[in-house]
Amino acid sequence: MPGLEVETLVGDAVVVSTVTSSLADVASSDAALRAFLHGLPGVDRVGADQRAAVLGTRSIKTTAKAAAIDLAISMVDLTTLEGADTAGKVRAMCTKAARPGGDAPRVAAVCVYPDLVEVAVEALKGTGVRVASVATGFPSGRTSPEVKVSETALAVAAGADEIDMVIDRGAFLSGRYMKVFEEIVAVKAACGEAHLKVILETGELATYDNVRRASWLAMLAGADFIKTSTGKVSPAATPSVTMIMLTAVRDFRAATGRQVGVKPAGGIRTSKDAIKNLVLVNETAGEDWLTPEWFRLGASSLLNDLLMQRQKLATGRYAGPDYFTLD
Amino acid sequence: MAIFEYAPAPESRDVVDLQPSYGLFIDGEFVDGSGPAFKTINPATEETLAEVATATAEDVDRAVRAARKAFGGWSGLPGAERAKYLFRIARIIQERSRELAVLESLDNGKPIREARDVDLPLVAAHFFYYAGWADKLAYAGFGRRTTGGHSGDRPLGVAGQVIPWNFPLMMLAWKIAPALACGNTVVLKPAETTPLTALLFADICRQADLPPGVVNIVTGAGETGAAVVAHPDVNKVAFTGSTEVGRLIARAVAGTGKKLTLELGGKAANIVFDDAAIDQAVEGIVNGIFFNQGHVCCAGSRLLVQESVQEELLDALKRRLGTLRLGDPLDKNTDIGAINSAAQLAKIRELSDLGESEGAQRWSPACELPSKGFWFPPTVFTQVAQSHRIATEEIFGPVLSVLTFRTPAEAVEKANNTPYGLSAGIWTEKGSRILWMADKLRAGVVWANTFNKFDPASPFGGYKESGYGREGGLLGLEAYLDV
Repeated sequence: MPGLEVETLVGDAVVVSTVTSSLADVASSDAALRAFLHGLPGVDRVGADQRAAVLGTRSIKTTAKAAAIDLAISMVDLTTLEGADTAGKVRAMCTKAARPGGDAPRVAAVCVYPDLVEVAVEALKGTGVRVASVATGFPSGRTSPEVKVSETALAVAAGADEIDMVIDRGAFLSGRYMKVFEEIVAVKAACGEAHLKVILETGELATYDNVRRASWLAMLAGADFIKTSTGKVSPAATPSVTMIMLTAVRDFRAATGRQVGVKPAGGIRTSKDAIKNLVLVNETAGEDWLTPEWFRLGASSLLNDLLMQRQKLATGRYAGPDYFTLD
Repeated sequence: MAIFEYAPAPESRDVVDLQPSYGLFIDGEFVDGSGPAFKTINPATEETLAEVATATAEDVDRAVRAARKAFGGWSGLPGAERAKYLFRIARIIQERSRELAVLESLDNGKPIREARDVDLPLVAAHFFYYAGWADKLAYAGFGRRTTGGHSGDRPLGVAGQVIPWNFPLMMLAWKIAPALACGNTVVLKPAETTPLTALLFADICRQADLPPGVVNIVTGAGETGAAVVAHPDVNKVAFTGSTEVGRLIARAVAGTGKKLTLELGGKAANIVFDDAAIDQAVEGIVNGIFFNQGHVCCAGSRLLVQESVQEELLDALKRRLGTLRLGDPLDKNTDIGAINSAAQLAKIRELSDLGESEGAQRWSPACELPSKGFWFPPTVFTQVAQSHRIATEEIFGPVLSVLTFRTPAEAVEKANNTPYGLSAGIWTEKGSRILWMADKLRAGVVWANTFNKFDPASPFGGYKESGYGREGGLLGLEAYLDV
């Protein structure tokens, strides 16, 4: 999969370098960055919520539902981020990630804390499931830039394919955009070949204008993915927030030629939630994003519900919860 | 094939029990009409849904006499008792909303999503709202303006009401709910292409034990409507429809002492400033002109966009129109349904062709039209001038004319430069500009950062050739009270 992305990027390389040159200057100073971010079109909360609600009424049935469930499974970043996590817990989850059950596709990645990356890498060798690690003082991000960078570097050294960093929300909310920008740039450098997902923690940014600005800030600083939430703050991945981030990646590609992925995380528990997310992608960013390469669902309990609905579609009956493993 | 193709998700028709033929609803009974029966069809397939009776002048007279007979008892009820009936009707509408929504979609061609999520909730809300007024009329504030010494809560008598085909049930609710709340009785004529939900409403009146004669439904074409309007024992005429027919009605009613409200055509300006929230403005434009296939008198049919964002906005609009789903109105994922009738389709075609021949640029997204039924693709005209007929005449279809402006003053000037004045929309993140614009725009409804939003508590009506009188809200009571 990394090979794939490099190839598509190479194809657009010329476009990127010329078009982004106008955007290159926006991070030349705090004032320029602020002017740019505050010059983005606003987001009207009422209108955005209304649009997301209408898309939530799409009725996905029969063959479309079956295809959507498999697509959603293949997009899951199966996650465990608890203080009580152990090597045993992570190994069990990795086994499920690689073979969720029946002929269901494997999930996209597992997402763990940095100290468990090695365990996950070992457990997933040869399965094609990627290993993502949170980093940079997850979930609050309240630590020094040096620690954030070295935590990232250590996770990458341990074999993480993807890094899920958090932004400094305190800096963002107090208007110190350059600090947020520079941290993302530094973490991106520490990532090397690993993909960088930037968590905005939209529940703490509060306004939709902030969500759009933070999305652009992260993309300008080099994010490969923008991610809604840590899962530790509520509200997390609401349909409106995911939709606004999808419009941001769509507009960013139109402006720069570079495609950035989106990962809603937190609160996506049912197949219905997952399918609503796919509808948002389909009708907002478009089908170019409808692959695990560009869209992920950060979740833990979601996978079993997807498997249950999958079996229901195939057999016409629901099996009890004990027929799906708890990992 | 697309990665994510939505499978058909049709709403079931089984919930609707269609009869082969329908009579008139007079004095609490379904009776035969004296005129020749006519067919009402599904505009999405041209299939005949049912035969419906035509009411002649004699039938209308019977209906008006029934309404007159019922008036004494109905207006004599304490307001709280009338309210009970209206609350009951509102609840039955909610209970039977799926049935009503499917029938509305079948007879009108509108997408089930809109019938289900917009029309029906508003219909029920309208009855709930006016039920609440029925026992509070003395406090509505009109009493102080009377000279006869009464409190201003007296009804007018028999109301003759003629409604259009674009929102058959919602227009019925707008007419019947305030009339009944105030103590009037009604004779209502639904449009000839969409009579079925009004007839189902008649059944709901019976289910609610509404006294016979309080609501009478007479079906038929223009002649039936003319008979309702012209009947000498009608005290109040309420009409929603075209400005052309509105003029005829105003002439017919002139000098008779009948009270009249008219809700007529529109050519609303939807004004987008360069500081608007672009994505939501695009949604508002789509909702403004493509909601209900553009069969909306207050549709935002003229897009006035500030020249500095014209290109960006039109690109975003065209991209968005590419995602609209046109097709089977009963499919739950359909955004754009069928045009209501062959006649309306012909009118939309004629005006659109005219737009092209007058030099405007025509654009539609790639979209496949079903082979049967009446269909028209979402259409956008750019490079439209104020003098083009597509910029001045009401098309009443999914056709948007795009004009530009440079300054707020120019936007106001162009927006007001129309014989109509029903609604307008303003899109800007600047609150002070919204207030300034709303003050200057000569339109009955001015929406800010939204469009086509309705609420029973909010009065609705027009300036100039868009009609007179207000429906909805406190002001909507005035039309049905002797003040």
